[in-house]
Amino acid sequence: MVLDNLLSIVTFIPLIAAAIMALLLRGEDEAAQKNAKWLALAATSATFLASLFVLTGFDASNPDFQFVEEREWILGLTYKMGVDGISVLFVMLTTFLMPIVILACWDVTHRIKEYMIAFLVLETLMLGVFTALDLVLFYLFFEGGLIPMFLIIGIWGGKERIYASFKFFLYTFLGSVLMLVAMIAMYVDAGTTDIPSLLNHTFAHDTLSIAGVQIIGGLQTLLWIAFFASFAVKMPMWPVHTWLPDAHVQAPTAGSVVLAAILLKMGGYGFLRFSLPMFPVASDLLADFVLWLSAIAIVYTSLVALMQEDMKKLIAYSSVAHMGFVTAGIFAANQQGVDGAIFQMISHGFISGALFLSVGVIYDRMHTREIDAYGGLVNRMPAYAAVFMLFTMANVGLPGTSGFVGEFLTLIGMFQANTWVAAVAATGVILSAAYALWLYRRVVMGDLIKESLKSITDMTTRERAIFAPLIVMTILLGVYPSLVTDIIGPSVEALLGDYQTAVADFAADTMVASNEGGN
Amino acid sequence: MQPGDLSVILPEIVLSVYAMGALLIGVYTTKDKMAPLILWITAALFVASAFWIGAQGGGTDTAFGGMFVDDAFARFAKITILLSAAAILVMSEGYMTRRDLLRFEYPILIALAAVGMMMMVSAGDLIALYMGLELQSLSLYVVASLRRDSVKSTEAGLKYFVLGALSSGLLLYGASLVYGFTGTTAFAGIIEAAQGETSLGLLFGLAFVLAGLAFKVSAAPFHMWTPDVYEGSPTPVTAFFATAPKVAAMGLFARVVHDAFGGVVGDWQQILAFLSVASMFLGAVAAIGQTNIKRLMAYSSIAHMGYALMGLAAGSAFGVQAMLVYMAIYVTMNIGTFAFILAMEKDGQPVVEIAALSQYSSRDPLKALALLVLLFSLAGVPPLVGFFGKYYVLLAAVEAGLVWLAVAGVIASVIGAFYYLRIVYLMYFGAEESELDQGASPVLWGALVGSAAIMVLGVANLFGIEAAATAAAATLVN
Repeated sequence: MVLDNLLSIVTFIPLIAAAIMALLLRGEDEAAQKNAKWLALAATSATFLASLFVLTGFDASNPDFQFVEEREWILGLTYKMGVDGISVLFVMLTTFLMPIVILACWDVTHRIKEYMIAFLVLETLMLGVFTALDLVLFYLFFEGGLIPMFLIIGIWGGKERIYASFKFFLYTFLGSVLMLVAMIAMYVDAGTTDIPSLLNHTFAHDTLSIAGVQIIGGLQTLLWIAFFASFAVKMPMWPVHTWLPDAHVQAPTAGSVVLAAILLKMGGYGFLRFSLPMFPVASDLLADFVLWLSAIAIVYTSLVALMQEDMKKLIAYSSVAHMGFVTAGIFAANQQGVDGAIFQMISHGFISGALFLSVGVIYDRMHTREIDAYGGLVNRMPAYAAVFMLFTMANVGLPGTSGFVGEFLTLIGMFQANTWVAAVAATGVILSAAYALWLYRRVVMGDLIKESLKSITDMTTRERAIFAPLIVMTILLGVYPSLVTDIIGPSVEALLGDYQTAVADFAADTMVASNEGGN
Repeated sequence: MQPGDLSVILPEIVLSVYAMGALLIGVYTTKDKMAPLILWITAALFVASAFWIGAQGGGTDTAFGGMFVDDAFARFAKITILLSAAAILVMSEGYMTRRDLLRFEYPILIALAAVGMMMMVSAGDLIALYMGLELQSLSLYVVASLRRDSVKSTEAGLKYFVLGALSSGLLLYGASLVYGFTGTTAFAGIIEAAQGETSLGLLFGLAFVLAGLAFKVSAAPFHMWTPDVYEGSPTPVTAFFATAPKVAAMGLFARVVHDAFGGVVGDWQQILAFLSVASMFLGAVAAIGQTNIKRLMAYSSIAHMGYALMGLAAGSAFGVQAMLVYMAIYVTMNIGTFAFILAMEKDGQPVVEIAALSQYSSRDPLKALALLVLLFSLAGVPPLVGFFGKYYVLLAAVEAGLVWLAVAGVIASVIGAFYYLRIVYLMYFGAEESELDQGASPVLWGALVGSAAIMVLGVANLFGIEAAATAAAATLVN
């Protein structure tokens, strides 16, 4: 039956299209360029349509993995795919955004065929990350995404693209290789790389002593740290976020959209899939550490965003701040926190994507991202001003937009876990209003004084078409959030149930141990 | 000598007899005009021998009182050696002809070297080991200085000879100590004597033997000859150095540590782990500053030997299996990469400067893409096959409790990724237009694109080499 392989079909449609494009499309003329673009659009749209079958066939009340497929692979590894409530929406987010991304680079002329191939390969790798149910298969997709992204930044990026691409690659590669060693250690410990089995495996958490250093939580803590190194860089969390502004500023518009909207979510997804359920004791022990890092990230990067003169850099820092809410929500480890974190990731996918597209619209016209080069755009671009307004407000977290729901839920979660962190993080909401609205005022409001802007034109039909689905999703999720929470709820509940049991067992063990020590 | 002995070493005998016959024909006839023909016949014979050895099925045969062992391990190594040697020979024809270097001795010397390498991986005795090693080395010294009118090539040959002789001396000294303290040169005897607590003399012998072998695999800190020899030798010879002899030397390494010293794993494990770490880091760091692609590949091969040694350092059957898989993947990647380097020409002259690759992707997109795949594979970035090589050896190391070695390995791989990325960056993001000649001979093109395709398609099942490597490792380690 076709449905048995549905996830593989969804995942590999883009790759097959990329292979066809690489091998069969010849020539550099206009017709070939056009063919490449249409083929890419058709492939990404087909992927989206196929993924709709996943969504409609998904049983939201079942917290287990669904659409599971399993095949033998090399070295005792299995090729295993499946989605649960946590991952299915990320699959949808990816397939939903990719046709928009392809449309966003419609005007690119420099090596368009390779550009499309890179995005199609990237889509397969991103979908694979969210559907893989084998450790090594996950790693394969997770790391493989670096190659096309490296090329996208390096070939089609801005002036400092080489530095940015190297920094992006080496930074994230270093983070991930430690995770590889941890994965191998997990395999050696548990004897399997199957993720559902690993979720039921308890990794040792007896205190270890290495070179005289007492490690509370033992093996779990070590593994947790290795995974944290990878996901924190990918996320990115303060203080390892510095690759992101560089990569964003230099990447082409479509590259920025993919990076902000989808690639960053891999870190959060990783925390939810691995760190929290597989190393619950270590997660509990280190939760406060992560919560404070997140709080610092929210406030610090918001302040940094306030002072940026480059629009893309500003939005990049704002992304780091919003990801701070996500990590804090995840490690608050309660229903509201985790629900909110997932919601925030989905909503940030739409909002940050739209913001980078908004910058792209005026960058295509003026070829500068300097905030000072703009002002008074509302006079000549009313439609653009309205769209940009909506997404600025969504970024701030205005009730009625999806941004509000995510921030509100995570703040509730944080408040229950650590009130002080919630108090600090809440100031980030104010700061985000400050930098986002200030950006909007400087770019869009006021009189149109600058000579160079006098002939600027409003959005084209293509651009309007790109924004339309994003506007719909942002408002829809803002007023009807149960669309998301109903799907993620049962899986999150199951995850947190196991988590709390494990943490309680550990607490009981330590209690017994300390009592025995006392006697 | 038993009557059955000769049938065990029949492939080696056929190749030796062929080499001597070809030598006579070459001398008594038209000399270098026959060279291309001899080259193709040699390559064909390599491939035929590889298939012959592959078709022999399972089982272990020994000949000459255990001096020569024909088991699954030897067969795996021999097939890898013969196929890679054949590929390099075929690839070198065009290059050598155009440089007027294609003498009839070249394929014959390669054939003799191949016989030596086959002896090495089948050695069951210190004497047989030395015979194989020297037959291989002597042939390679000559091949390295094939370009007699070039100072660099002559220097390469001389340097290789002097340092190679030194390493042979070390190895021989170690072998004599081992003989002195165990009373036998046969591996089967040594492993019985070397159990439990090792005497200091035997430990010295072991250390010297390992140092000699480390020279041959060019593991740091015995790597000094590698960059100079790689740079000075004609490029096809460099390609040859980087492939078949490395497999043979690693095979020999595995034989010595497991067949002869399998009882004292703890004694050599630390030495191998040190060699591994030193090679990985030296290879990664020293390659960063290189501008000559041949020197860069030399450091790259040093780093890769470090990873292969990590598999051996695990000291388990799985470690040997990981090493074999790693070497097979490594050889395939290097054949493709050197096919590209052989085709790097400007106005018909060979170019070795990396800077010449600037913007190569707009000049020849398909070749650039193939090299891109190979470079990412060499760097060990998933989802390419090169990653699986690294994954295997890391898994072997962690299973053996060498977590620190695995962590060091992955950190070195990040450093190493930089210089592979630098080539990608030049090809794709470079500022200047490349002036390299376009196109390549069908052979080079096929080797390049073929090996890149293997790096992508092999993800499905590694073409079944895993099962062969498992069988090979099982016969070596008990």
